[in-house]
Amino acid sequence: MTIEYNPDDFKSTEIGPGYKSLLEVSDLSVSFVQYQKGLRQRVLKVISNLDISLGSGEILAVVGSSGSGKSLLAHAILGILPNNAICSGKILYKNELLTPERQKKIRGSEITLVPQSVNFLDPLMRVSAQVRTAVRQGNPEEAQKKIFRRYDLSEGVGNQYPFQLSGGMARRVLISAAVINGSKLIIADEPTPGLHPEIVTETLNHLRELTDEGCGVMLITHDISTALQVADKIAVFYAGTTIEITPAADFHGQGQALRHPYTKALWQSLPQNDFTPIPGFQPLPANFSEGCLFAPRCGKITSECTGSLPVMQDLRSGKVRCHHAT
Amino acid sequence: MQLEAKNIGFRYHQNPWLFRNFSLTLNSGEILGLKGQSGCGKTTLARILAGYEKTLEGRIELGGAPLPKVGYRAVQLVFQHPEKSVNPRWHMRDILQEGWQPDDELLARFGIQQDWLSRWPNELSGGELQRFCVVRALSPETKFLIADEMTAMLDAITQAQIWQAILELAKERDLGILVVSHEKELVKRVCDRVIELDSVHLERNSFIS
Repeated sequence: MTIEYNPDDFKSTEIGPGYKSLLEVSDLSVSFVQYQKGLRQRVLKVISNLDISLGSGEILAVVGSSGSGKSLLAHAILGILPNNAICSGKILYKNELLTPERQKKIRGSEITLVPQSVNFLDPLMRVSAQVRTAVRQGNPEEAQKKIFRRYDLSEGVGNQYPFQLSGGMARRVLISAAVINGSKLIIADEPTPGLHPEIVTETLNHLRELTDEGCGVMLITHDISTALQVADKIAVFYAGTTIEITPAADFHGQGQALRHPYTKALWQSLPQNDFTPIPGFQPLPANFSEGCLFAPRCGKITSECTGSLPVMQDLRSGKVRCHHAT
Repeated sequence: MQLEAKNIGFRYHQNPWLFRNFSLTLNSGEILGLKGQSGCGKTTLARILAGYEKTLEGRIELGGAPLPKVGYRAVQLVFQHPEKSVNPRWHMRDILQEGWQPDDELLARFGIQQDWLSRWPNELSGGELQRFCVVRALSPETKFLIADEMTAMLDAITQAQIWQAILELAKERDLGILVVSHEKELVKRVCDRVIELDSVHLERNSFIS
């Protein structure tokens, strides 16, 4: 059976001029109010002074280790942080402030999340029916069939339950549910862990296709090699803030084009490079200091570093937060 | 010493066979990589080798004898998700010392801070938890370690830290290690040789490169 589909059906509507920057996050901080003993509370800052921007047609990879605040950023953009979270700073979507009301209105349609695994699907519902529940406009059944054709999912697959899907199929179902309303901003939170390389590549190609149609994709991952396969720009997270934003092409050789000592260390520690780690570990939010949070592990530390958090500065078509950036 | 799988076969219930007639030999001091598509039975094989699951055909031998059923297990398994392999209601110190008492020198080699010991599992990150999971499996009685996607969830620096510490220890103690991983580059870097578990071609399963 040949499957017919018209690629134009799925093109996102044109993002007007002036939306070169689809998403702009500036000076974002997120804190949690926590109870300690009894009624004593403390405020724990987990994300501080974070800046990123994403244009349409662009894939921005957000790379960092667990606990660096990558997923919290996604939750802040979607407005799904828990009630005890305090958010400050500015998030602009299409040059307009993203207020809680606006977030509520456009998440799931304009802004969407591709979740991590098949566990995010309802285990007791056939996948086609589930994808239909995501449709906001028009005929859900038609929309679901159309999107399944695009992602090469047969009707047989639609009648299956999530546990019956292979890793690659599950991935395509999650993407089709996310993009079925023609979203412009797609946030993919760790979409490829533990998958076979071919499925990883397939998933990344799907994300690339979406940007070719004018969407912006934020790819959140701990795995720098996955990010490098597809991303245009890489934002490196460390202890709740962006320490460097760099074109993906700067990851090459000995890392000489990279700006921040942590990014260089990250690149050097890959098995295909030196595989030599720097010692130490990322501090926990309760132990965040005033100065540069990487300072205790850094070879270039000076008194300047421990005083205050360095500001983000422009350097060679990228950005870096370091007094000693080269 | 050798850890051997001799013509083993396994399937869940009446499902198709994951593998049959599969053999593998892991020598002391050797680091062997195991590759294969997702769902082809790598994790099941790891569980069988460590004694968590019984093989339906063939046998597993450690130093020429069947895997012992009592006492300390000389074949230890480290799982992919550290959050799921520690007891959330135990302090880290108790988790670490369940099987044996690691000394401070070993903790330092794996970068475990003393003040982490009094924390709960949910107060540590995945990379920090995985260090505990590795150390608690590495008693002097451990002869073989099975690393099932041990560092797949960790960032590159933590991955390199853990692997460097393990490789050094493996050399000192003549440990045999089976590395189950999707990551081509990691396998290439740490392994002496690599075998592939291929569920499509069951016949080829007995083949060892």
